[in-house]
Amino acid sequence: MRIVSLVKHTPDIEGDRRFAADGTLDRAAAEGRPCELDEYAAEQALQLAETHPGTQVTYLTMGPEDAASSLRKLLAMGGDGGVHVLDSGLHGSDAQASAAVLAAAIRRLGFDLVLCGMASTDAGMGVVPAMIADYLGVPQLTYAGRLSVADGSVEIDRETDTATQTYTASLPALVSVTDRTGEARYPSFKGIMAAKKKPVEVLSLADLAIEPARAGAAAAWTVVRDITPRPPRQAGERVMDDGAGGAVLADFLAARKFI
Amino acid sequence: MPQVLVVADTADGLAAKPVQELLTLARRFGPPAVVLFGPDGHRAVGAVGAFGAERVFLVEDPLTTEGLVLPRVEGVLAAVAELGPGPLLVLTGSSPDARETAARLSLRLEAGLVTDAVDVAPDGDGRPVTRQSVLAASYQVQAALTTPVAVVTVKPGAVSPQPAGEPVTPQVQRVDVAFSGLARAVRLTARSERAATGRPELTDASVVISGGRGLGGPDAFALIERLADQMGGAVGASRAAVDAGWYPHAHQVGQTGKTVSPQLYLAVGISGAIQHRAGMQTSKTVVAINKDPEAPIFELADLGIVGDLHAVVPQLSEEIDQRR
Ligand SMILES: Cc1cc2nc3c(=O)[nH]c(=O)nc-3n(C[C@H](O)[C@H](O)[C@H](O)COP(=O)(O)OP(=O)(O)OC[C@H]3O[C@@H](n4cnc5c(N)ncnc54)[C@H](O)[C@@H]3O)c2cc1C
Ligand SMILES: Nc1ncnc2c1ncn2[C@@H]1O[C@H](COP(=O)(O)O)[C@@H](O)[C@H]1O
Repeated sequence: MRIVSLVKHTPDIEGDRRFAADGTLDRAAAEGRPCELDEYAAEQALQLAETHPGTQVTYLTMGPEDAASSLRKLLAMGGDGGVHVLDSGLHGSDAQASAAVLAAAIRRLGFDLVLCGMASTDAGMGVVPAMIADYLGVPQLTYAGRLSVADGSVEIDRETDTATQTYTASLPALVSVTDRTGEARYPSFKGIMAAKKKPVEVLSLADLAIEPARAGAAAAWTVVRDITPRPPRQAGERVMDDGAGGAVLADFLAARKFI
Repeated sequence: MPQVLVVADTADGLAAKPVQELLTLARRFGPPAVVLFGPDGHRAVGAVGAFGAERVFLVEDPLTTEGLVLPRVEGVLAAVAELGPGPLLVLTGSSPDARETAARLSLRLEAGLVTDAVDVAPDGDGRPVTRQSVLAASYQVQAALTTPVAVVTVKPGAVSPQPAGEPVTPQVQRVDVAFSGLARAVRLTARSERAATGRPELTDASVVISGGRGLGGPDAFALIERLADQMGGAVGASRAAVDAGWYPHAHQVGQTGKTVSPQLYLAVGISGAIQHRAGMQTSKTVVAINKDPEAPIFELADLGIVGDLHAVVPQLSEEIDQRR
């Protein structure tokens, strides 16, 4: 089985995340790392490889130079190789353009299963997986809380507000996973050493036969007019419970007409 | 001729509050049309008429409620074809299904896409301008959509639903969809329903009481539920509490759960990790109960009680009862 597992290089969400003057995320401000939600996808890819001998796991990222470090981090967990779509024309790409580029790279690689995170931790739109499925013309099984592959089909459990649903489709298919699928493994020292020697292919827009006019900020279908930091919430009063904490709270809620 | 198409989320139920909110926003752009999915859609016609829908497209095939995203996309495209020229703007909700439906519609209609908007209004030229919170609600972004057609997914609670000045009797049309093979390729093989709680929906409750790992086990959620019922609120949970199996995932608040923006958010035994804050920091008033005076949740709480929740919460419940 050929698995392509997607990883976006994202600013650490605990770090100082800011916007640059052009309205794009300032990727230099906070340290970059593999999107945490994509690590869950990588973990599922590696588990499938363990139970399905002969499986190839390739990580795919689209992003600036630094994104290579996210590929290496996942390769240290396991997997066979990486592909990095790197092109100065990509800066400022919107979801549609990103999905078009990623779909072109996936098609070039060949695949039975594409795995994605449920959403990126920066853009957080949760739309790229559905768009890639649309471009590739394969079934989408998104927001999987569990997944399994058998006899050329993939099956997922998906939790909605009111029910748990099981869906199945034949491969090739695209699956996005939630953090319910289980924590990613830590890389071993051996894994970190091995990752250094694993192949990473770098592809440009030209390699993918995508016209420059179809990617980057100029091709975006939305324009940011204004970005305003939300004033951080102020810490209010902190009261030690000396036996009357519940009553203090009740007074506060009553004063604000909540009770 | 309607230029705004509201796409009901199947999870909305029949013309529940989220559709009413979308129709209220849609009317800013002109008389709306609405797409309703599933065999029961016709039952909502009167209700959407009250909110100004001039045309209703019923896509009744059960594939649209049982399938995953693509059947609904094809249903909307069939409705768009019936609509004639336009639409200018497609509005839908922000559930995973709605967002992914919007994503694929944006490709098919070559339309710019904004997700999770908290507001959408026409600019001087009648073009949609949106407002959204980004990066764990630390920034507000205003965006304009430059394509002839625009697709916007809107968060619940973006606007308070206002019925139309004059109720409309919508022109109703059943749409038959010739689904693609791909739309039938994903099959629903099992479904287990959870019992309804009778409490308000997390995303439209004005009061949310959430419990975390500090509760120490599933039983203490009874304290949270009692408080929620006393205040007419919804029950939330941190991921730690959900992962431990103490409360269903549908109640998780945060980055990989629900985003809530109630008048009052009460965090009980929750430390306030950034992934949790991402889902609640736009709440109007935040109150926290935590025994650790250094818990990060206190940094954003209007009132913090440093104490044992097993003492503070029951006392609060008693006080509420006494003050009735
Ligand atoms: C990719 C990713 C996504 C995530 N998404 C989410 C999400 O959507 N939502 C979410 O909530 N988290 C999410 N998390 C997890 C998040 O990082 C935290 O681990 C989680 O929020 C912690 O939950 P908690 O506050 O209940 O537990 P803890 O951090 O363990 O805090 C428990 C708190 O209870 C207090 N306490 C203990 N006993 C008592 C007592 N008797 N009385 C009063 N206080 C007491 C403690 O002082 C402590 O502050 C995510 C993490 C990752 C990596
Ligand atoms: N630039 C990218 N490179 C690789 N994968 C991506 C990229 N952008 C998005 N994805 C994938 O799509 C998922 C959803 O992204 P988004 O729609 O931005 O929330 C991510 O979790 C990734 O798996």
